[in-house]
Amino acid sequence: MATDTAIQHGVEAIPGEEWKGGKRPFKASYGKLMMWYFLLSDAFTFSGFLIAYGALRISSPTWPVPDFVFQTFPGGFSGLPLIFVTVMSFLLIVSSVTMVRAVQEGARENRKGVVFWMILTIIGGIGFLSCQAWEWTNLIGHEHMSVTTNPFGTHTESGIYLMDDHGDPYAPGAEKETFEAGESYLIHKHNGEFVQREYQVTSGEDSGVVKKQEFGPKAFGALFFFITGFHGFHVFSGVVFLIIIMLNAASGVYVERKNGYEMVEKIGLYWHFVDLVWVFVFLVFYLL
Amino acid sequence: MAHEDHSKAIRQVYVGLGILAVITLIEVGVSLFGKGHIMDGMQNIRWVVYVAALLIIVLSLYKAKFIIYEFMHMRYEVPGLVRSVLLPVLLLVWAIIAFFLEGDYWKTKRDKVEERNELGVKDMGSKEMGAIDYKWTKEDLQ
Repeated sequence: MATDTAIQHGVEAIPGEEWKGGKRPFKASYGKLMMWYFLLSDAFTFSGFLIAYGALRISSPTWPVPDFVFQTFPGGFSGLPLIFVTVMSFLLIVSSVTMVRAVQEGARENRKGVVFWMILTIIGGIGFLSCQAWEWTNLIGHEHMSVTTNPFGTHTESGIYLMDDHGDPYAPGAEKETFEAGESYLIHKHNGEFVQREYQVTSGEDSGVVKKQEFGPKAFGALFFFITGFHGFHVFSGVVFLIIIMLNAASGVYVERKNGYEMVEKIGLYWHFVDLVWVFVFLVFYLL
Repeated sequence: MAHEDHSKAIRQVYVGLGILAVITLIEVGVSLFGKGHIMDGMQNIRWVVYVAALLIIVLSLYKAKFIIYEFMHMRYEVPGLVRSVLLPVLLLVWAIIAFFLEGDYWKTKRDKVEERNELGVKDMGSKEMGAIDYKWTKEDLQ
């Protein structure tokens, strides 16, 4: 078996000598190969998180509807489902493309090109992190979602509200708000207290019964903050490493190595992986 | 010649950017359609929702494949490297099936699961396992 392999690669076969070195396994450098295996293990970590998310989501009778939860946009805009996260996705895709360009220029030993495209990549990464910071601030500060509290609920029955948004009785003659089964709601905070509005059910078995808004599945907040946070941490460490390697490239360290800027290629693999994970975070949290 | 190769490679990168951008836009469009934002009422038609979800998943998998093969240059690696990195991922297929089936069981049999959990503490197994919360009765001691 070993002899066959040696002959295939055009190396004279000496029994027992195949493992003495001189050839690159998989024709890749040690660092690049190990980066691939690190990314494989990291992929399993993320898969563990995402599968836990899927199992918990399937086990819940209702789940916060993403196009209701994620519908705000900086500048006070609301009612724009998924638009902001689409912008975030584009930022990551574009920074992935600029990274490919940096690796290409590295292969041509073009120092200025490498530095230029890496700076653009870093800007894209910082832009993504800024967007995520805004998204988290909005969810925590304005919508009062936390790791243990999920104010995003879903109605399972149709009904009519008996109190207004602030938990006060309706003014005489005011039109009462109605809702249908499947509609989402956000429990607002007033004066530091969550106001769970009361309503009367108008459909199904419990028709006529007075109920109040319940909090949504508790796991949602923890899953959202931990999974997007873990991804954001990857983006952050990616930006740090990009900056270090960009400075090294600018200083000419890699010119002397004459290996086609292999460090840039390795950090490129990591950066594309961050984009790859976002494809799936985007899929399960926002699209489905 | 080398110069031509280079400009061709650059062009390919921007084509890749276009492909990923368009797929992302299609995904968002299909997702919003399935949620009834583009045509109201679609979110109540079960098969539309399922087809939309399936389409989004397939497109995402294509995006993932594109990033790995084009941007991460997996296309240019030797088969051994490709297999050693990608085949282990197949283990996830069973992980997904097993955990999602279990999640579905929690949902449909929630009452039964809770009932059994209580049974476990009261009567089943505790004595044999030497659990400290088992209440010994007179019959046991005789």
